[in-house]
Amino acid sequence: MPEPTTATTSTTSTLRAAVDWTACQGHGACADLLPEVVSLDEWGYPILQERPVPAEARRRARRAVSECPALAFLLKR
Amino acid sequence: MNASVLPPVRIRSLANANANTNTNTNTNTHANTHANANATATAAAMRLLPSEPLDHQAHRAIYGDLPRLDPGHIMAAAERSGLSGQGGAAFPAYRKMAAVREAARRARRRPVVVANGSEGEPASAKDKALLWHAPHLVLDGVALAAAAIGADRAFLAVEGGHGLRRYLVETNRQRPSSAVPVTIVEVPSRFLSGQESALVSFLDGGPALPRFQSRPVFEQGVGGDPTLVQNVETLAHLALIARHGPAWYRSGAATSLFTVRYADSTPTVVEAAPGTPLQHLTGAVSGQAILVGGYHGTWLPLEPAARSGREAGAGIRAITGDTSVSAEALGVPLGAGLLAVLPHDRCGLVETASILRYLALESAGQCGPCLNGLPRMAAAFGELARPTPRSDLQQIRDDLSRWAGLVTGRGACRHPDGTARLARSALITFAAEADAHSRGRCRACARPPMLPTATPATSQSTVTD
Repeated sequence: MPEPTTATTSTTSTLRAAVDWTACQGHGACADLLPEVVSLDEWGYPILQERPVPAEARRRARRAVSECPALAFLLKR
Repeated sequence: MNASVLPPVRIRSLANANANTNTNTNTNTHANTHANANATATAAAMRLLPSEPLDHQAHRAIYGDLPRLDPGHIMAAAERSGLSGQGGAAFPAYRKMAAVREAARRARRRPVVVANGSEGEPASAKDKALLWHAPHLVLDGVALAAAAIGADRAFLAVEGGHGLRRYLVETNRQRPSSAVPVTIVEVPSRFLSGQESALVSFLDGGPALPRFQSRPVFEQGVGGDPTLVQNVETLAHLALIARHGPAWYRSGAATSLFTVRYADSTPTVVEAAPGTPLQHLTGAVSGQAILVGGYHGTWLPLEPAARSGREAGAGIRAITGDTSVSAEALGVPLGAGLLAVLPHDRCGLVETASILRYLALESAGQCGPCLNGLPRMAAAFGELARPTPRSDLQQIRDDLSRWAGLVTGRGACRHPDGTARLARSALITFAAEADAHSRGRCRACARPPMLPTATPATSQSTVTD
């Protein structure tokens, strides 16, 4: 259950990877495009790093969003 | 109302004014009969569970009318009382209410209250007992929460198959028409039905399954409106706080509900004040371990008093009959309030394997890590539960630890997290038993598991809607 926390909008626009787990089918496109932040578990589902998407990887991060066949890969500010 | 549909459960109160087991009672046993009668009446008004189901007239006779409080007062009382959720997550009630109210203000929408009585835990009975015995206390709490956050509608979700919906619809009719209408809804009797986003999905006409939330329920819940989902016991607490004040609640006099299980016997719902010693809740404690919280909970080793506080590993410490029943003293969350004592002649690995199998089958199967991890964990535990000479015990333990890590935090709900918690605690608490099994020995493997893995009412209920 997501716990209510004080909603804050970060002024520095960091991007973090997120997954809609109900949609993800383990295609693995995100891990191919964004190895800095995404690896795959033994069943082929993404393991996300805690850290934000590095600045130099933002383009690839956006591609990972648009190329996820299940529309499950997301970026959150 | 048909009393024959009451679930098989016994009720015991340690909050009773003349209960000699209560350690912090302030009742003078030498007082005269008149004073005792008064004290009993006062004590009854501070209790959650009456011994008999109360209609509205009887409810008002004991608890008095609900004081008319303005939203600010209710919010302040909730905050100062320190009330936290009694459904499992123990999140502070005030912060949840404040978050919903604030989200509604910003979105300019009227929020919704959902009273969560969909006790999906097969071993738990306290929410159903509360709904049967003190439905008006819960409905008072719904009215208070709705007034506090400015809601214009409310739902009371109850587990199907017990006749509760019909009973509560009748009960609700006894009340004077309120500003906020309450709709009683029956949810499927499944483990995950009571999960917040599953309730919202179901109330919106979808399946009673957790769903991915791009925005949390407190911002965007039923019909897209900010939604307060609060456990029914929490709401009943709120109704007592409104009457007796936050200072009374904080003083330690207020009680909570627990479901106590011992071997195959009928569960007992016990009402007890915080800090009550375990043996006062469970009776004479004779067992090797206790499951605290529920099927997403923790197994703790149970020891004779001399070995109190022994570290079993990874933050799991042994407890005794003298240990206070509180999250602090036990070192683990109280979750949904289940206390299940495992007797010496049962096998903790058999119990855990049975629960894990149930939890894997109750997975919604929507999220990859849960879909893959839970059945593997259940199967591996099934291996551990089988006493047979084996050389791969360490491999099985390593697999279980790795899978527990992999499923945690990687789903639309906390089902995998809770399942992993149970499995990890069993690996620690029943470590010696696992060693014995790998040498082909077991203390009680011929015995079937004692903890239920399906809701008993589906087979026992005599009346359904």
